[in-house]
Amino acid sequence: MRVSAIGCTALLLLAVAACGGRDSGGGTTGTAASGQCQGQQTTGITDTSIKLGGIYPLSGPASAYGDIPKGIKAYFDYINAEKGGIKGRKVEFVVRDDGYQPPKAVEEARRLVEQEQVFALFQTLGTPSTTATWDYTNQRKVPQVFVATGASQWGTDTAHPWTIGWQPNYISEARVYAQYLKTEKPEAKVAVLYQNDDFGKDLFGGFTRAIEGTQIKVVAEQSYEVSDPSVDPQMRNLADSKADVLLNITTPKFGSQALAADAKNTSWNPLHIVNNVASSITVLKPVGFENVQGVVSSSYYKDPNDPTWANDPEMMLYRQKMQQYAPGADPNIPYHTFGWAVASSFHKAMEAATCMTREGLRDSVRNLKGVKVDMLLPGITLDTAQGDGFPIESMQLMTFKGERWELFGQVIDTRKEFGPLTG
Amino acid sequence: MAGFLQQVVEGLGAGAIYASLALALVLIYQFTGIVNFAQGELAMFSTYIAWQCVAAGLPFWLALVLTLAVSFAGGMLIERVIIRPVEGAPELTLVIVTVGLFIFVNAAAGWIWTFLIKDFPNPFPGGVLEAGGIHVSVSTLGVLGVVAVVMGLLYALFRYTKIGLGMRAVATNPSSARLVGIRVGWMLALGWGLAATVGAVSGVLVAPVLFLEPNMMGGVLIYAFAAATLGGFDSPLGAVVGGLIVGVAETLAGAYIQVIGSDLKVGVPLVIIVVVLLLRPQGLFGRAVVERA
Amino acid sequence: MSETDSAQVKRPPVPPATPGTPAPASPVPARLRWAAVALLLAAACYAPFQLVPFHVFQLTMVLVYAVALLGLNLLVGHAGQISLGHGAFFAVGAYTTAILLDRWDGLPHLATLPVAAGVAFLLGLAFGVPAVRLRGLYLALVTLAMAIFLAPLLKRFEELTGGSMGLTLTKPVPPAWSGLAEDQWLYFLTLAVAVAAFLLAHSLLRSRVGRALHALRDNEIAAEVMGVRLSSYKTLAFAWSAMFAGAAGCVYTWVIGFVSPDSFTVNLSITLLAGLVVGGLGSLFGPLLGALFVMFVPSISQDINDAAPGVIFGLLIIAVMYVAPTGLAGLAERLIKKIPRKE
Repeated sequence: MRVSAIGCTALLLLAVAACGGRDSGGGTTGTAASGQCQGQQTTGITDTSIKLGGIYPLSGPASAYGDIPKGIKAYFDYINAEKGGIKGRKVEFVVRDDGYQPPKAVEEARRLVEQEQVFALFQTLGTPSTTATWDYTNQRKVPQVFVATGASQWGTDTAHPWTIGWQPNYISEARVYAQYLKTEKPEAKVAVLYQNDDFGKDLFGGFTRAIEGTQIKVVAEQSYEVSDPSVDPQMRNLADSKADVLLNITTPKFGSQALAADAKNTSWNPLHIVNNVASSITVLKPVGFENVQGVVSSSYYKDPNDPTWANDPEMMLYRQKMQQYAPGADPNIPYHTFGWAVASSFHKAMEAATCMTREGLRDSVRNLKGVKVDMLLPGITLDTAQGDGFPIESMQLMTFKGERWELFGQVIDTRKEFGPLTG
Repeated sequence: MAGFLQQVVEGLGAGAIYASLALALVLIYQFTGIVNFAQGELAMFSTYIAWQCVAAGLPFWLALVLTLAVSFAGGMLIERVIIRPVEGAPELTLVIVTVGLFIFVNAAAGWIWTFLIKDFPNPFPGGVLEAGGIHVSVSTLGVLGVVAVVMGLLYALFRYTKIGLGMRAVATNPSSARLVGIRVGWMLALGWGLAATVGAVSGVLVAPVLFLEPNMMGGVLIYAFAAATLGGFDSPLGAVVGGLIVGVAETLAGAYIQVIGSDLKVGVPLVIIVVVLLLRPQGLFGRAVVERA
Repeated sequence: MSETDSAQVKRPPVPPATPGTPAPASPVPARLRWAAVALLLAAACYAPFQLVPFHVFQLTMVLVYAVALLGLNLLVGHAGQISLGHGAFFAVGAYTTAILLDRWDGLPHLATLPVAAGVAFLLGLAFGVPAVRLRGLYLALVTLAMAIFLAPLLKRFEELTGGSMGLTLTKPVPPAWSGLAEDQWLYFLTLAVAVAAFLLAHSLLRSRVGRALHALRDNEIAAEVMGVRLSSYKTLAFAWSAMFAGAAGCVYTWVIGFVSPDSFTVNLSITLLAGLVVGGLGSLFGPLLGALFVMFVPSISQDINDAAPGVIFGLLIIAVMYVAPTGLAGLAERLIKKIPRKE
């Protein structure tokens, strides 16, 4: 009797699961707009509400990024409570955990679209998770906006009009460094440390292409895996190259390790360029400020740890509202600031949309013209157009002096310097 | 040649880190006969406790003593609360419990302390020594020194104390040990407590090098396993020698063998584990166990 | 488990300390058992017409994991060997399928199944040879190292595997005659593979191989004395088990349509083993219960504590082991055994 009873239990489970009938929901039943925007999808949006879904790694080894949605939530809570929401619509933001696993991301995307009936996926994090889900979202014609990854395919691909990135793509960032070296060290010999994944390869590849036809040469390259305990051995190997520039393409912990290894090695003193992902003050501080003087990086949004912005109105608002709406969260975590910045970008994009529909959002994020977002650095705006699917393509160089980053030079618009990025 | 020697020194530095965690693995294996997958995470957690004490204004050495005490108590508590209920269950059940503990501790640390890198004080002075063109940082020497001291203490514990004798009896045959009057439950709890303490030493040693965040020890674990396997799971000396060999082999392979390169050097511990287990399953310094059916 | 065990209320019976203690062979008449299976199958066929596509997708993934766990159960539950690297064989199957579909346009999806299973089988065989000499935790360590090594290896052969960007593939299109939606078609394909895997595992265990494996697990030396050839059977168990994982990986690629090294981290291997132990080693329904655990418990964890789902997930694993040291299937059996006594 036992085994059959287990079978029956399992059967019961299935039967319970089966209670939701095929036609009682499931995203096949969307709603449509009338009037000027006739026939367009209005699933997940009413005159008083918008429901958004985001997918982030809240568990597993990449959980550090799980702080981004906290900044987003604080922003939406703030505008819901104090500004009446987006165009009078209160924003509900549903966050799901994929543990940085693509199959889980697919499951959660389907949950958000079919079960939660969200208006749009507002951010999926990571290139693998986004690649695993974008066929689905585009088939279902669900906007997947401002994905949190800098891979260049979100902007160059033409088969997925519903998916768009936000942050400067890694290739654009690489171009900024190449541009800097061209003027400062036209005969630079560069050693490169990069993370062996889509992020590291994209940035490194972009750099190699950007220095084609110049006197700048890559003389040594070393990769590491995120599962490595330390990058010290890689740094040792790079030191042997005697390069005069070190391009450090790492994520925070490895960034600290590389900066420390460089500081420790007194017989090799290259110009150290650290990529934006690892440029937060929180990465530099554990290494010791005295050890990171003169390091170069680039940025596009304001670092909450940088005293430069201590009296910036947007930063003060951010700190105040974070304290109010996300009391447990430390506003100094740059991922929170990132979330705040991307949420206010979404706000601006919705405000610019002519139709408050999925199609309206899709068209709006692909037709942004000089949109100012206060958390971005002065002079950096959101710009997209037909054939240009990259909202942010400008960055500004900065160098570390004393206890803060010092921005220098002009904002570099990579579109102008290198022409549009194409697939 | 200087380049090669410098690579060896780098390898020793990495090896000392692996050895420090391998010591904790060996210790718990000796006491309880299980491989604790959560050992690295417990070490990371202890390191956060030390960081918290220092951040609260305690002097470093006092914080360290406090951390070791808390870790010892915490290790015993974990044995009492989490391991005791499944004592005597199949080995695999215990393995899965430590896997659950791994996931729990890692997530808890991120929850409490966030994933930002913490500024952990280095107990050793910062300088670099130079001899014949080879650079050795003082902190690497410091780590090696502490690892050697811990190894010596463990060796003495295993070899010369009654606890060591009792512990060996418990690990070999719990029911016989109980019959001769050894309090098996306490020995197991003691094993967890001591292993957590040694783990805490390891965490505090490596934090200034690897930088403290919740995934600090995740990457070290497999190397520590390789070190313990190579040296033999029942020998503290083996764990240290094994760790150093693994560190040097990995560094040299990454630097000089083109096919391996820096991306595939994580394959080195795999090869070491397989080769050792096939040729000399008890490890370099371990004793072969004769099994009775 | 003897009759007296059920009299103990709090402490579960202490099984012998070998890895992979089986749930005891059940004295249930075969007819009843098959009736339960048939009922389950009927429900499984009925479900996709009742559920929203999202739930159909979830059930599809449950079946994918169940196939992998069936294989792992052969190795761990029946042959008594621990593998912490089955995610690697799963990945081999998934990548074999992905590479085939990527290289040859228009290749029918079904054609990739035997290749993926075959490749995994051969790899399992090759790996089983040294594995034979390893026992218990040592084998766990080796397989763990293998799982960790896999991701950088996949990235190294970028030409073939697409490197860290992975490969995006087309999904099977439902034939017009079936009248099914894509999710339903995928579900039935997976169900067919799962049923085939179940039957195969069942007949394997009833054959000479299965009896030999049980003999080996329960007492290696005695079995050898009786003439069971230890090494060849252990190697075979590894190969069969890898084959199931490879088949599961193949179906995974059909369903998800995307493979990347990040999809097959060491977490997958650990989750699979945890799922199996939680579900119940050596039992008929263990793999299915384990697959349900692997699929649903992470999202339940998030519903309980969305600040740190890992805290809950870790605690749940420990809690299940605490309540049911022999897995959920074992727990269910114990509970069911008690019911008639009370009446």
